Amino acid sequence: MDTQLILFNGFNGLIVGAFYVLMALGLSLILNLSGVINFAHGGFLAVGGYLAYTLTPYIGFWPSLLVAPTLTAILGVVIERTMVRRLYGRDPLYSLLLTFGLAFIFEDMTRAIWGAQGVPFAPPEYLSQPISLDLFFVTYYRLFMMAVVFIAVLALFMFLRYTRIGVRIRAGTLDLETVSALGVNVRALRTLNFAVGIFLAGLAGVLAGGNLSLEPTMGANVLMPSFVAIIVGGVGSLPGTLVGGLLIGVAAGLTSVWFPSASEAVIYVIMAVVLLVRPRGLMGEEGVMT
Amino acid sequence: MKLRPDIVGISLILVLAPFWLPLVHGYEALGTRVLVLGLAAMSLNFLLGFTGVLSFGHAAYFGLGAYGCGFALKYLAPSTPLAILCGMLLGTIAGALLGALIVRRRGVYFAMVTIAFGQVFYFIAFRWNTLTGGDDGLRGFSRQPIDLGFTTINIADNLTALYYFVLVCFAIAVGLMGLLLRSPFGRTLLAIRENERRARFLGLPIEQHIWLSFVISCAFMSMAGALYALLNNFADPKGLHYTQSGDFVIMAVLGGMRSFWGPLLGAAVFVVLQDSLSSMTTNWQSWIGVMFVIVVLFFPRGLLGFLRRKSQA
Repeated sequence: MDTQLILFNGFNGLIVGAFYVLMALGLSLILNLSGVINFAHGGFLAVGGYLAYTLTPYIGFWPSLLVAPTLTAILGVVIERTMVRRLYGRDPLYSLLLTFGLAFIFEDMTRAIWGAQGVPFAPPEYLSQPISLDLFFVTYYRLFMMAVVFIAVLALFMFLRYTRIGVRIRAGTLDLETVSALGVNVRALRTLNFAVGIFLAGLAGVLAGGNLSLEPTMGANVLMPSFVAIIVGGVGSLPGTLVGGLLIGVAAGLTSVWFPSASEAVIYVIMAVVLLVRPRGLMGEEGVMT
Repeated sequence: MKLRPDIVGISLILVLAPFWLPLVHGYEALGTRVLVLGLAAMSLNFLLGFTGVLSFGHAAYFGLGAYGCGFALKYLAPSTPLAILCGMLLGTIAGALLGALIVRRRGVYFAMVTIAFGQVFYFIAFRWNTLTGGDDGLRGFSRQPIDLGFTTINIADNLTALYYFVLVCFAIAVGLMGLLLRSPFGRTLLAIRENERRARFLGLPIEQHIWLSFVISCAFMSMAGALYALLNNFADPKGLHYTQSGDFVIMAVLGGMRSFWGPLLGAAVFVVLQDSLSSMTTNWQSWIGVMFVIVVLFFPRGLLGFLRRKSQA
C-alpha cells in the first residue's frame, strides 16, 4: 500500500476530525448544562461560514475569523432568549423538535440569501500554498486550521478550568440545582454557555468554508458525525468529545484508503462497538446523563 | 363489547374517504399517504407516547420496510403479501438487534443514539449502488394484484382498491396495537412511562419491556414503510434519513402523543400542509420549520390535547 496515500487520507481524516471536535464540543457544552440536543448547530455553522464570506471583502480575512463567529453567537443568544429558554426543564423531546425546525429554517434561509450553489471562500493566497511537493495535501491553510482548532480547544478548557464562570458551568453540569441555590444566576449562565457553544460552531463554519466551499447543507453534514463523536467519547465528558471527534475523523479518513464507500458507515460501527463494550462511552462516567 | 363512538367515527371517515375526498379537492393517493404515514406515526407513538421512550431514528425502520418490500418484489417473487412480510422482517430484525444495544440508555442519550444509528442504514442505501440504486432509490418493481383464490383484487392499477387494501392493513395493525395497549403488557408500559423507578421497585423487568415495545414499534413502522414502497412503486433513501424521523415525531406531537388517534390526525394535517405548501412556494421547508417551532412553543400537547383542554375549561 502506498504510504503517501495512507498519509494523505490520514491527514484528511485529522482535519475532518478537528471540525467534528469544534462542532461536538459546542454541542456537548449545551447538552451538558441545559440538556438540549441542538439540531440547529449545523445551521449555525453554515451561518458562520457565510457571514465570513460576506464580511471578508470589507474587513479582511483575519478580522472576520473572529467577527463572524461572534455575530453567529449573538444570533444564538437571541434564539436562546426567545425560544430555547422556554423549554429548559421540559421533556428533551420539545427542545429537540424546536431546534430541528430551526435547522430547516436556517438551511432554507441560507439558501435564499446566498444561493443554493456553493460559493468559494478563499483564504489569503499565501495560506493556500503546500508546504512541500511530496506532501502536496499539507497546505499552510490546513496547518493553520489545525492550529486555530488547537488554540480554540485549549482556550475552552482553560476557560472552564480557571475562570469563575467556567467553574460554574462545570458545577452546573453536575448539579444545577445546588449551583442555583448558591446564588449563581443560572439563566445568564445558560445563555453564556449557549453563546460559547454557538461561537465554536461559527468558527468551525469559517474554517470549513476556507477548506472546501460554502454550501447551505454543509452544517447538516457534520451534525451526525458530531453526535457520534459525543457518544463515542461519552456523554457528559468534554475530553471524551475531543478524543471521540479525532478518533472517528481519522478512522473515516483511513477507511477511505481501502474501502471508500464505507467511510461514512465506519463511524457508526465504531459507535456500536463502543456501546457494546463500554456503554457509557470511552471517557464517560456511569450515571451522568444516562 | 360496547361500540366506542371514536372508533365508529374514525372508521366511517376512513371507509368513506374515496367518496368525500374529491369534494374537498383531495385525491385518493393523498388519502393513502395519510393512512400510511399515519400508521407510521402511530407506531412511533406506541414507543413515544405510551412507553415514554424518545426514539428519534424511526425512519430507519420505515425505510428498511420499504427496501425489504422492494427487494422481495424485485428479486424474490411477484407477491404483494410476501413483499410486505419481507419488509416487516427486515425492519423488525434490525430493530431487535439495535434495540438490544440501546435499551439501557434513557432520555437525551437514547434519542442521540437512535438518531445516529438510524443514519447507518441511510448511508448503506445511499452507497450500495448495485443493490439499492443509491441516491436514485430502488426502482424496477411494482405492486402485484392480490389473489384471494376466489377473486383477484387489482391494487396495481385501481387506486381505490389500493386505498382499501392499505386501509385493511392499517386497521389490522392499529387494532393489534390497541389490543396490546389494553393488555397487561400495555398497562405495564404506561407504568414505566409514568414512573420508571416505581415500576422497577415493583419488580418489573423494565429493560425487557422497553425492548419489546421498541421491537413492536419497529415492526409496525416497517409495515408502514412496506406499504409506502407499494404506494410509490419506489423505495427512497430519503425515507431512511433522520429528517424523516423528525417528520414522524412532529406528526405524533402535532396530533397529540398522549392520545391513541392523535398521530393519525397529526399525519393528516402534516401531509395536507406539505402537499399544499410545496405547490405554493419553493421555501416550503422553512414553513415546515416554522410549524415545528409553533407546535413546540404553543401546542406542546398537540391538537387533540389542546381541544380536550379547551372543552374542559
